[in-house]
Amino acid sequence: MTLSFNAETFRDDYTFANSPTAIRAFPFPFERDDYTYTVNIEQHVPGPVQSATEFPIHIDEHYVAEMQDRAITLAQDPLRCQSLPHMMTAEWDLVELLMTSMSTHYPETFTLTRDGNRWHWINRPLGLDQTFTFGDASTLPQGPMEYITRQCQGDFCLLDQRDDNLWMDAGMVTTQADWSLDFDLGMNFMEWHAPVPLAHDLGVFERALKFLLNLQQGRPVRRLNWTMTINPRLDTSPENYHRWGIDKASVTPENVGDKVHLRVELQALWRLPRSNAIVFSIRCYLIKMDELVTQKKWARRFHRVLASLPQPIADYKGLARFRDTTVAWLSRHDDGLPTSPGFAPD
Amino acid sequence: MRRPSPDRLTSLRDMTMQPTPIRSRPLYGTLAPVRQATRHIVLAEGEGASAVTDAFRGHDALARTSILFSPAPRSADRRPATDLASLSCEALHVASGVEDLLAELATTLSSATMGTRLYISGSEDFIGRARSEALQRGIDADAIQTEHRGAPTRRVQCVHCKGFTDGVAASPTVCSQCGLYLLVRDHYSRRLGAFMGVCIDAEAPGEIPPAEAFGA
Amino acid sequence: MSGGVQYPVRVIETEALSPTVKRLRLARRDGQALPPYSAGSHTVLTLDGGTRLIRNAYSLLGSTLAGGAAYEVAVLRSPQSRGGSAFIHDHLTVGTALNLSAPINLFPVNRTARRHILVAGGIGITPIAAMAAELAALDLPFELHYAMRDTASGAFAAELTARHGDRLHLYVSERQERLSVRDILDRQPLGTHLYVCGPERMIEGVLADARTAGWPESALHAERFLAPDGGEPFALRLARSGISTVVGEHETLLEAIEAAGVDAPYLCRGGACGQCETRVLVADGDLLHADHYLTDSQKSCGQTIMTCVSRLRGRELVLDL
Repeated sequence: MTLSFNAETFRDDYTFANSPTAIRAFPFPFERDDYTYTVNIEQHVPGPVQSATEFPIHIDEHYVAEMQDRAITLAQDPLRCQSLPHMMTAEWDLVELLMTSMSTHYPETFTLTRDGNRWHWINRPLGLDQTFTFGDASTLPQGPMEYITRQCQGDFCLLDQRDDNLWMDAGMVTTQADWSLDFDLGMNFMEWHAPVPLAHDLGVFERALKFLLNLQQGRPVRRLNWTMTINPRLDTSPENYHRWGIDKASVTPENVGDKVHLRVELQALWRLPRSNAIVFSIRCYLIKMDELVTQKKWARRFHRVLASLPQPIADYKGLARFRDTTVAWLSRHDDGLPTSPGFAPD
Repeated sequence: MRRPSPDRLTSLRDMTMQPTPIRSRPLYGTLAPVRQATRHIVLAEGEGASAVTDAFRGHDALARTSILFSPAPRSADRRPATDLASLSCEALHVASGVEDLLAELATTLSSATMGTRLYISGSEDFIGRARSEALQRGIDADAIQTEHRGAPTRRVQCVHCKGFTDGVAASPTVCSQCGLYLLVRDHYSRRLGAFMGVCIDAEAPGEIPPAEAFGA
Repeated sequence: MSGGVQYPVRVIETEALSPTVKRLRLARRDGQALPPYSAGSHTVLTLDGGTRLIRNAYSLLGSTLAGGAAYEVAVLRSPQSRGGSAFIHDHLTVGTALNLSAPINLFPVNRTARRHILVAGGIGITPIAAMAAELAALDLPFELHYAMRDTASGAFAAELTARHGDRLHLYVSERQERLSVRDILDRQPLGTHLYVCGPERMIEGVLADARTAGWPESALHAERFLAPDGGEPFALRLARSGISTVVGEHETLLEAIEAAGVDAPYLCRGGACGQCETRVLVADGDLLHADHYLTDSQKSCGQTIMTCVSRLRGRELVLDL
């Protein structure tokens, strides 16, 4: 399958849009018509053909535009990509994971040739052709993590494992739902989750940490998380919140379909071989309400989920300013018929 | 019961409408010299000196103890330095201010060996800065003890311009570097030694709730 | 699920490193490459021991950190062996087929440390030597201290001397050479971490000396080789599976569960990782907790048990499996 790439933007004029194929591949995160909180971790095994989970690393029509948007964000704020000195081995592990996966599953787009430590990487859509020595950072134009994550959709965090904890010691984070790599860098698992309300008291993070400390090579896991974003903006960082926060006040009954987006994060975790670190990938998918309602099942279900969402969760996700307007708009697309089981569109 | 305040940016609106006092912050203890330590390095600022005299007076550890002291900002009180001198520790360095103390700390730690324990007491912002500096010099986090004495002031980093504001007593506060009104979030970085400050009126420009002082 | 990814391998080389230590070289039967791993990792070997399935955990050697063609492990013939290590010594030859789990690391190098002190006793050298290999490759400062009973039992001494020169310090007790931990710990710069692997008594001694020298807990790392001892037989009932069986005197609880055909979780098979923690429904007798995972209070309340090393002294144990 040859990929074609959209010319589109995630800022200023916001021309981002999903094709019908991309809409059907969207990782719709609701399995039922009412909201239930679940940690929903599952094995990161191949999903249906042409879905977001068909391959371990998903490259789609937004690839080139997302990489251009990342470059703009990094030019304005280089601290979105940082790595503590002891993470170099994990950086190389990440290079291997991403280059291997991308070239295996998208061979017409990416090619990797390995001859011992002599590696040759070709990225056709970005026009890159790089020969380098695996393990020797001086042979790449940027650090290994920065080099490859400038070429792969999704944010990536490298978690060092020590003292029976995981430490956020490196990352490329430009499409985050309002958390700061620069601030969280060097924190352990409990510290970087400290702001999340309630879950600590439920012991959610203790259990999740215990699970992840025993995460095994070759057994990656994934989960879906969701929130909503006004305008198809990838960079909803705290750093720029004073610029984009005002967008939340801009939703009207007339512009819901175009402005309000469901934002889904496909999060996956892999144990890395040489470093024993874990890579935590956070791939962001956006879909505007006009696109979502092209799938009748999703329109009905998302209307019901959003309407039944408990207020504290809505507050936590920051939906307060536009939830009612959005529910009212979605109600026009919900005929009350039952929905079929599962996530997939009908 | 601990009541975590909603802290994601996206919940700021609710916080601005109904300000919630920040309930969690780094936990501070009471200084207690570790008997097995081969060397004790003590950092005290202002009223922190009293925690040091409480913990160390008459202790065997004093023969292996170096104390670095800085007066509290804008304080001319000489008494804490005199009290520390009366302990008769191995070495006492009275710094002109926090910058001077931290420079001295860097020198001291550069030749320190395993078995060294570090004790820090003073305002919250002092503890944060001193611990951050010490961690960068390679000391293990569990070789550091802290005790809070003095003002409950915080060091805040503005997430937008990355500038630090010291001695913050209430939230919201004004960033000393870029001038934005910042909510001081309940999120603390040991690496930076600071709390996160985030623009409080991004969604409703000009709507600034009254400042609430941090509890002691 | 249990045990994770398994690679079918075969023995491609065996070498007696000493009268009691045998090195095995294992390659995948399908000819594919094995992944790289980090120093301190172990693998669980699964082999057909005739009357039973043997599953033993072994540290992966420093010689095959990069993975690829093969992995190497060194197996000590344990005098108290319940059959595992003796079987490997007596019956494993070039060509023998067995399974190997993907590497698991419960004893990693702390990569934020500025200097590393590595201390090994006897066969405890296997993960420690891998750490030395990894640190040398990364050009990080370390020193390696290796204590052994006599030169014949110092399986890796010659190899390590050639590789690490004066960073290696050997202590042969037959020659009255004593490892003095206090001297080693003296005047180490801030940010130094200590790693020890060997007999339980040695580990406890080294850690006690480090604590006495004021070292903080986070700078101390140890791996204990826990070989479950066996004990009196007892009845076992698996409530969810509706299976009743007996745990024999030379069998672990986990082995009995597996022999009964139940796919129970495990990773380290040495009481360290917590993966096999199982809920106890009824214990007619005393739980003998032998793991390093549960806290003392968890052990005394007896709600869970680590099936890989712990057992019951009594009549019957009922588990939620």
